[in-house]
Amino acid sequence: MKKSWPKKGAFVVGVLMTVGFSLVPFLLFVSSAFKTQTQVTAIPPQLWPSFSIDFFRSAIFRYDILSYLVNSIIVAGSTTGVTILLGTLAGYALARLPRPWAHLSLMLILACAMFPQIAIVGPVWRLLRWLGWLNSYQGLVLPYVALTLPLTVWILALFFREMPEELEAAALVDGCSRMEALVKVILPLSAPALFTAAILTFIYAWNEFFLALLIVTDPARQTMPVGIALFQGEHTVPWGEIAAASLITTAPLVVMVLLFQRRIVTGLSAGAIKG
Amino acid sequence: MIPKDRKLYFALLAPTLLVLLVFIAAPITQSIIFSFHRIIVGLPQLQSPFIGFDNYQELLHDSVARHSFWVTLLFVSTTTFSELLVGLLLALLIHHRFPGRGSLRACVLIPWAIPTVVSAQMWRFLFNDAYGMINYAIFGHGVAHYVPWLAKPNTALFAIILADIWKTSSFAALLILAGLQIIPEELYQAAKVDGAGVWRRFWHVTWPLIRPAVLVALLFRTIDAFRVFDLAFVMTQGGPADATNVLQLYGYKKMFVEGWMGYGSAISVSVFVIVLVLAVVYVRMVGRRLLEASL
Amino acid sequence: MASLSLDGLSKRFGNVTALSDVSLQVDDGEFCVLLGPSGCGKSTLLQIVAGLDRQDQGSVLLGGKAVDDLAPRERDVAMVFQNYALYPHMTVSQNLGFGLRMRGIANPEIQQKVQETAHLLGIGHLLDRKPRQLSGGQRQRVAMGRALVRRPRLFLLDEPLSNLDAQLRIKVRLELKRLHRKMNTTILYVTHDQVEAMTLGDKVVVMREGQVHQIGTPETIYDRPADTFVATFVGSPMMNLFQGELIREDRYLKFRCADFSLHVRNLVQDLAGKRVAVGVRPEDIMLGKNREAKLRARVEMLSNVGAEKYIHARLGECLITVRASKDATYDTGQMISLFIDPDKLHVFHEDKRI
Repeated sequence: MKKSWPKKGAFVVGVLMTVGFSLVPFLLFVSSAFKTQTQVTAIPPQLWPSFSIDFFRSAIFRYDILSYLVNSIIVAGSTTGVTILLGTLAGYALARLPRPWAHLSLMLILACAMFPQIAIVGPVWRLLRWLGWLNSYQGLVLPYVALTLPLTVWILALFFREMPEELEAAALVDGCSRMEALVKVILPLSAPALFTAAILTFIYAWNEFFLALLIVTDPARQTMPVGIALFQGEHTVPWGEIAAASLITTAPLVVMVLLFQRRIVTGLSAGAIKG
Repeated sequence: MIPKDRKLYFALLAPTLLVLLVFIAAPITQSIIFSFHRIIVGLPQLQSPFIGFDNYQELLHDSVARHSFWVTLLFVSTTTFSELLVGLLLALLIHHRFPGRGSLRACVLIPWAIPTVVSAQMWRFLFNDAYGMINYAIFGHGVAHYVPWLAKPNTALFAIILADIWKTSSFAALLILAGLQIIPEELYQAAKVDGAGVWRRFWHVTWPLIRPAVLVALLFRTIDAFRVFDLAFVMTQGGPADATNVLQLYGYKKMFVEGWMGYGSAISVSVFVIVLVLAVVYVRMVGRRLLEASL
Repeated sequence: MASLSLDGLSKRFGNVTALSDVSLQVDDGEFCVLLGPSGCGKSTLLQIVAGLDRQDQGSVLLGGKAVDDLAPRERDVAMVFQNYALYPHMTVSQNLGFGLRMRGIANPEIQQKVQETAHLLGIGHLLDRKPRQLSGGQRQRVAMGRALVRRPRLFLLDEPLSNLDAQLRIKVRLELKRLHRKMNTTILYVTHDQVEAMTLGDKVVVMREGQVHQIGTPETIYDRPADTFVATFVGSPMMNLFQGELIREDRYLKFRCADFSLHVRNLVQDLAGKRVAVGVRPEDIMLGKNREAKLRARVEMLSNVGAEKYIHARLGECLITVRASKDATYDTGQMISLFIDPDKLHVFHEDKRI
């Protein structure tokens, strides 16, 4: 049945408005990275940049943006690795434990995701100071792991529950221990869920600001979000450099979103579907 | 269940529970304890005496704290409601099958994916009083009319709210979309045959069936909205005149800028309690069904 | 190969008793079938023997030694699952060789054994395919091959034929019997299909709701069922069962119910006056023309199964099923005369055979 013209029209308008609403502000901002200094603050605003890379050069050499980038990569990468490891084990355990235990554990774990960071950050800061881990990578990675574990465990537990237990039983009878069965039979089949959890964890760790701001005060170890938030110019706000840094920060995320939007959507709505 | 297996499962759970205990459960407990003491960071020689509910008393009389609470409440209610509305519209739009649907979803996800601080800087740029695009879009060349959005109390809060709506509507959209996708096509067909128009079909078929998903989105978003910090920090630093001094920002200032860890903890605990109450409400209404259905 | 001994196994899941004091013995090389309806505990029993679950009480002995504390991989058993449980991400060849690889056997030897088994089961040409590329019947063979290739001392099969279509089921059944004869393996086989049990088993164990009702050869189970459950569960169409009482008439023992009475052969115990059930199989009822056909029934329906026919008739208030030859013709409403030889009658008191 063909859609009527007014309906089609409304639909197209809706799509255009959505795309515009989502992308235009962002593009307007990051395009500034390619402008010249005068173009950035020009009135009327110059929409079309002149493709200058001055700001990138300035961001990299004057503001040392690459060091922030490296720190972000290390922190987000490590967080993802650790969270996936722990989350897989915990998710598997929750999928196989008898219901009462599984429910209780899952409720506790999910509850941990609900708390405001401010209630955590003070004591965590003190703990890290006592351990000498302020301004260290592990000082940031471990709290991040704690913050990303709940969703990861949830996604993986749901997935493992769906896997038929006969498969593991066959592996056990064939000669595997439980752990061997997990690694040799279950994990190879879990790529989609693992991938989804990894992407969501990475994005969270990459974007996190509050804890990063407080735990890491040494610029040599700070991550991108902190760098971008604290960008100080000598006299004016260095918008060009900020835009350049923003572009560098968001580029990997945009790529991830474009490539994996289906997985991300599945992961985010995990649990919401059943509700 | 073989006893050996059960031991293994608890062993597998242990590292996760340990991390969560050390970095979330214990800190919250400590925050609660701190809130009953007077602790000033940077002056360790002052000890940390137990002062009972003094911090909370002070909090109740703290006009800045009260104002902060109302600002946060206003923020939460406005953003949540708007995001659910926008999210619903987006979900209805994306729900249709059409070529390029994936690209549309990706576009919608981009605001969600970028760091909040980046979006904060972006809006700070766009709302700029001298060369911001928003001023230009509204007032054109008339520079004299340009509004200093971030420098006036009302408009500053509005700016932050808009920034949040921009960033998070897509999340709400995705949650609602998940709910939309399980509605069987036959129901719409039956409604059409019964003579229901677009609005009626929405109201009698779609709405009742996506209410659970909307509820989930509502509660996730509300809990999240109470934790707003990044936007306020980068865009306005809580100003002007505390117009955007949301609770987490205020707590941060007290604890880390002024060093009042005890008092700041009292603020944290208050936010925590609010969020906890909401979480309990959430679990009561949706959580148990969620768990039982999925596990 | 080894013998299997189950000694007083019990298992509960919460309030539900899955197994209640189950004991049985399977000799070396014997094909033992666990027969029973869904929920009778047969699958639970298999899981316990395999080591996948643990019993609450009782013990499992393999080759005379208790294996209760051993993990599945230490018990040297192989299992074929109802849904085959083939590893989706591995080829047929890898599926078959998985158990051998886990035991650290060298690759060339694995290859040789895999080839051997694959050819034995006629799947040699499928070795490089993945499970999703196989038909149901092929997958079933791979599942069996995976168990066979390890030459374990005990085979456990959990309704392996139930997902196959009828024709294939009969074919595979015969092959299974042939394989068993050839390899003389000890097998514990679970099914709800009594035809499978009767054709495959050296020994049949009839179970219901966690309890063993009877253990015996197929002939024993069929000709001398231990109770009314076994009597009605085994045999198709079902044995005719009537409730009534025994009375003594002169020297004779008779069964009497509301609609008719029958001569019963003299029993060891004197149960005159007691309430009993009597059963007779459809093929044991004779359609009388000349005999002292004492029973008159009205034909209600005729079932034609091809090789023979079954008459469903009404005897007073009761229904009775009688086997007839395939050429017989009866009209609905027709009265027929039936004769039941007392020797063919099964008598049950309080559900147990006497």
